[in-house]
Amino acid sequence: MAANMKAVKLRIKSVQSTMQITKAMELVASSKLRRAKERSDECRPYFRELHQTLVDIAEGNTDFSSVYAKPSSNERWCYVVIAGDRGLAGGYNSNIFKKLEAAAGQNASGEAAGYVVLPIGKKAVEYFQRRKVEILTEDFATVADISVADCFEIARLLCKEYREGRFGHIELCYTEFVSMLSQRPEVYPMLPLTDLEDFKGGGQDSDSQASGGARKTPVRDLILYEPDSSEVFNAIVPEYLGGFIYGGVCDAVASELAARRNAMEAATSNAEEMIEKLNLSYNRARQSSITTELTEIVAGAEGVG
Amino acid sequence: MSSFPLRIGTPDGLLFEGDAERIVCRTITGDLAILAGHCNYCTAIGMGEAHIVLEDGTTRYAACIGGMLSVMNGTCRVLATTWEWKEDIDKNRAEAAKKRAEERLARQGLTDQEYANATAKLQRALVRLSVKQ
Repeated sequence: MAANMKAVKLRIKSVQSTMQITKAMELVASSKLRRAKERSDECRPYFRELHQTLVDIAEGNTDFSSVYAKPSSNERWCYVVIAGDRGLAGGYNSNIFKKLEAAAGQNASGEAAGYVVLPIGKKAVEYFQRRKVEILTEDFATVADISVADCFEIARLLCKEYREGRFGHIELCYTEFVSMLSQRPEVYPMLPLTDLEDFKGGGQDSDSQASGGARKTPVRDLILYEPDSSEVFNAIVPEYLGGFIYGGVCDAVASELAARRNAMEAATSNAEEMIEKLNLSYNRARQSSITTELTEIVAGAEGVG
Repeated sequence: MSSFPLRIGTPDGLLFEGDAERIVCRTITGDLAILAGHCNYCTAIGMGEAHIVLEDGTTRYAACIGGMLSVMNGTCRVLATTWEWKEDIDKNRAEAAKKRAEERLARQGLTDQEYANATAKLQRALVRLSVKQ
């Protein structure tokens, strides 16, 4: 009995120290989350407007002279994948990779030309290295340090590679921050602009809530470009990509922290539950050992008497 | 004069949302003013001074650098890389940036990339200063 009691006591101690760690991680994540959420909230209107404007343009566009605007025959995709720097965030990282694999599987028609990735976040870099997927650059490995300037740098790089024909489609893969309790991995097409139009058509059937509801009336009016469409696109597309990626990074950072906070909260409450159960069995073991001792004493006293 | 809905956004947040009578800013081809009732339009923004005239006649000046301007069904959206209201510009910082960029440009043996960066920095600083004055 005594051995059992000792084992239970040790176990309680170990669970308690684990709980301390998860509790601390939860607190750290929630304080960081507040800041990340502010940043994401600040950036969201810009992000929405940007996306909306580009969708409008893609729909109304009838001029396909720019390389960014015309449909691409190149069946090679490039994914910009934003994941976390660290683990212990529930299914955050694996969900985004699963979503990416699904999207990549859908896009690769028949003889797959494969795809290129531009990972942002340490976990993404590790994941694609392990799977031996072609990586465009590893310069942006830490998602927490990405600034607006970095995003424009990424956009310039993507545009250059796109113009050279290394890939024909660019998509952004990140976790959308829906609320503190729910984060949804999403894949958004970015280039060419005709992909945006397709996406909107597909998006309305499958998940109309994601498209915001307000985009029902398609714009079919002609748009005036000054000086001409290809020059305008050459100037705005890098800006648009940069802004879009930055919005994704802001959202993804907030999502990661929220996911970690939730995971750690669950872990803490599980640990509490476990300690309660262990305490119960510890007390039971203690009680039974006392009972045994008492019986022994009484029996001994009777024997003497 | 009639007004139109205008939204000005940068990655740091939505800086203006409301009705305006006129917006003037520098695009890649030159200065441009948008009034109410403009047709659908899209262009890229260059570097330069910009100002908006509100419904009550007040004019707000700003430094505007990069991005896009679009008019869709009467709504004007300005999505700029940088949009700083005149009152928010830090003059000392802009002057320091100008000096740094000039020093760098005066040096010999710059690569094309470095040269382009320094020129862009100098231009940005000059735009800010010209708005501030």
